[in-house]
Amino acid sequence: MSIELGMPRLSKRDFTSDQEVRWCPGCGDYVILAAVQSFLPELGVPKEDVVFVSGIGCSSRFPYYVQTYGMHSIHGRAPAIATGLATSRPDLHVYVVTGDGDALSIGGNHLIHALRRNVNLTILLFNNQIYGLTKGQYSPTSRVGQVTKSSPVGSVDQPFNPVSLALGAEATFVARVMESDRPLMMDILRAAHEHQGTALIEIYQNCPIFNDGAFDLIKDRTQQDARLVRLRAGEAIALGPQEARQVLVRTSQGGLEFVSVEHADPAAVVVHDPTLEDPSLAFALSRLDSPEMTHVPVGIFRSVSHPTYDQGVREQVSHAISTAGGPADDAALQSLLLGGDTWTVG
Amino acid sequence: MSSKPTEPRSRVVIRFAGDSGDGMQLTGDRFTSDTARLGNDLSTLPNFPAEIRAPAGTLPGVSSFQLHFADHDVLTPGDAPDVLVAMNPAALKANLSDLPRGATIIANTDEFSARNLAKVGYAANPLEDGSLDSWHLHSVALTSITLEALSAYGGLTRKEKERAKNMFALGLLSWMYTRPTEPTEVFLARKFADKPDILAANLAALRAGWNYGETTEDFTSSYAVAAAPMPAGTYRNITGNVALSLGLVAAAHRSGLPLVLGSYPITPASDILHTLAGLKRFGVTTLQAEDEIAGAGIALGASFGGALGVTTTSGPGLALKSETIGLAVSLELPMVIVDVQRGGPSTGLPTKTEQADLLQAMYGRNGESPVAVIAPQTPADCFDAAMDAVRMATVYRTPVIVLSDGYLANGSEPWPVPDVTDLPDLTVEFATEPNGVDAQGNPAFQPYLREPETLARPWAVPGTPGLEHRVGGIEKADVTGEISYDPENHDRMTRLRQAKIDGITVPDLDVDDPTGDARVLVLGWGSTYGPIAAAVRALRAGGAHVARAHLRHLSPMPANLGDVLRAYDAVVVPEMNLGQLAMLLRSRYLVDVQSHTAVRGQPFATTELGAVISQHLEEVST
Repeated sequence: MSIELGMPRLSKRDFTSDQEVRWCPGCGDYVILAAVQSFLPELGVPKEDVVFVSGIGCSSRFPYYVQTYGMHSIHGRAPAIATGLATSRPDLHVYVVTGDGDALSIGGNHLIHALRRNVNLTILLFNNQIYGLTKGQYSPTSRVGQVTKSSPVGSVDQPFNPVSLALGAEATFVARVMESDRPLMMDILRAAHEHQGTALIEIYQNCPIFNDGAFDLIKDRTQQDARLVRLRAGEAIALGPQEARQVLVRTSQGGLEFVSVEHADPAAVVVHDPTLEDPSLAFALSRLDSPEMTHVPVGIFRSVSHPTYDQGVREQVSHAISTAGGPADDAALQSLLLGGDTWTVG
Repeated sequence: MSSKPTEPRSRVVIRFAGDSGDGMQLTGDRFTSDTARLGNDLSTLPNFPAEIRAPAGTLPGVSSFQLHFADHDVLTPGDAPDVLVAMNPAALKANLSDLPRGATIIANTDEFSARNLAKVGYAANPLEDGSLDSWHLHSVALTSITLEALSAYGGLTRKEKERAKNMFALGLLSWMYTRPTEPTEVFLARKFADKPDILAANLAALRAGWNYGETTEDFTSSYAVAAAPMPAGTYRNITGNVALSLGLVAAAHRSGLPLVLGSYPITPASDILHTLAGLKRFGVTTLQAEDEIAGAGIALGASFGGALGVTTTSGPGLALKSETIGLAVSLELPMVIVDVQRGGPSTGLPTKTEQADLLQAMYGRNGESPVAVIAPQTPADCFDAAMDAVRMATVYRTPVIVLSDGYLANGSEPWPVPDVTDLPDLTVEFATEPNGVDAQGNPAFQPYLREPETLARPWAVPGTPGLEHRVGGIEKADVTGEISYDPENHDRMTRLRQAKIDGITVPDLDVDDPTGDARVLVLGWGSTYGPIAAAVRALRAGGAHVARAHLRHLSPMPANLGDVLRAYDAVVVPEMNLGQLAMLLRSRYLVDVQSHTAVRGQPFATTELGAVISQHLEEVST
């Protein structure tokens, strides 16, 4: 969409609603809200053309705080509602805001189908690995053994890896970022905006009340370097401080492993390319992840260009209309009502 | 034309019955089309198993199609067939109990083998053991005569030739009832345009069937049913599902809104999805959703964006959509939900009819969650009901549930096609300007400031500058739409949402009481219209004074309904459930209506209702 001449330059303030933000003090959602509000003016898009659709949960209160159109819907269903909106209104920029419980538990079905269809949506999945709004039960991303109100002796549920799940569901754009990594978040939001189709951004978000410190290992500057795998297109995937640099190589078994730079076969070093049509490398990267957070890749895993669902649907309609010589008029409707087999009385 | 004598008949009910794979629905459809063209009034009742192909020759695999046609106004598909075409022993066994003695049976003797007889528990061949002596039996070797007639078609397998036996049966019945076969010939030519061999075989079988009637001595005369006097107009035959689809398209056209359907396949509603999927030329978008919930979500998302959002389903799907409908109640956005009811609970009887979703439609959501509910009463009436649903949804910004059912969906009748320019104008206006001021006195948009007349809130669609606002399922403050947990506000909003639905303009209930002195009123809703009207007509023909009315709007109910109910000594309410409307009427109007119920998966028989009403007539006169 082009920037209209004479459109006033918008600022973060223009995207801030008059509603009092009601997340707990210290909640990671504040940081994400501020980042998104700062990012939106950069798009050069009129704020009336932006829509936030959310489900239920702490993160899903998000639309109330952004001065655009918004809908706080029902638990898990935001991707379905957004599909109806985005398909019928190509002029809009539709964002879905959801959490790990909303997107991956009650709404898992809608999420995977939005991804495989490739509807033009940006999905912000706030993952805090806990149910916050219902006061602290384990979520589908909580680690095995996590003690919560509903798992007093530890959860036995195997968690989802949201990035692996999205890739398995044919997602065309998948990224992950820490809430606190503002520069990377801005880069990813920008890339997601440019992407045609469903963009899924998993945002690690700290819940200070029910799951505080879930991401400390990768937030901690002293640990971060050894654990955080920054995916940068065109660069070798590397880890660790300069003096103990490790690079990612393909093993002879077809897997991936980090080895020290000096032992690496240069031909086997993996250079990140999110545009690969084959999603297997992106999937392998997502599997570096573990509950112990030994290696946590962040950045854009995959960004490929595929036909979008909404455009395909609209093209079928517009093709039918143009083939018929233009929009249906009264005569066309009359002939539809009459059908092919009529008789006349009187 | 036939060289044998032709006898006049006023009305005829024919039932074609065979295996699910025998093509009985197609045979019935074609006979119906040819009959409609002759100007008879008619009504049809397809009846088929939920299984696509149950084991051949078994009772669960029997599929039938009943057609009632007459030289006068027809209200039902008929209680009892005058003619049964039984393509195999299972078809005979499954349908014989509906057949009055003296009726005609045309049986395909080729299928009455020892093996097929045993499959359905016949110890002896009923065509030969005299057990059918009270009926007029024509034993016809349908399969072998068809094969013989097609002996010249060397390019076809025996199986392909056998498949044409339904056209032989159609040809024979067309001869019997002096129906033209040309329209079917044209139809076949279109259907098998790419398969000239199959086309030739079907045409030959059709002609062979006709010639069989004309030449064999078994059939001594044919019958003619004169055209029915019908109001002037151009007619087509239409099923409820097609009429409903066309009503939605016409309403979208007259409202200026694009139609967006979110739907998940479910019997018996899927034909609406199929029909609308073929109407893209009318700007119709159909999205086959991942589940029932998503179908409703897609519709609501589209409505939020300014489209006419529609979702179609049957009872189990309505249950899944209920949370989304509740959200639409809270958002106060237009949405049309079509529930083509079937037998329940749970999966129930997918291909059979029932009216047991009334209370689910009225109350099947959490919280006080009122919606508008409308029920079409005949297949063709589904068109008008769909248009009226769209009117209520768009004018009052509310979800509207249309309660059709399996009988209306698949049944058909002649429909006088309306002139498009006579259809109601449903033009919609979106909000474009701020409608209030904020605390500082600046122009502001108040998404829950209502129009005083309708109590509808403004429909401000994304993309409209200056009207950015948020809606959601949390209770909203009156006028501003901000989140509110204030007790007084919740009480006010709950009552406002109810008052909005109660205030929807619906016509008064029309009572049909020709003598004006009836003491018994028969009140129905939905698809029981035909059987009730037919039963009442029959009683009046016998001199009875009885009044009849049919509820189209279940929510809100017509303003005069209470007065109507109180004006009679007895109010009989027949329903295909266990008394759901009766319960509503009793609780709302404190009138002890007499409930008559049946849930057999079939429409009421006229005679059954006649007997029930007679009993009430006797009671009030003693």
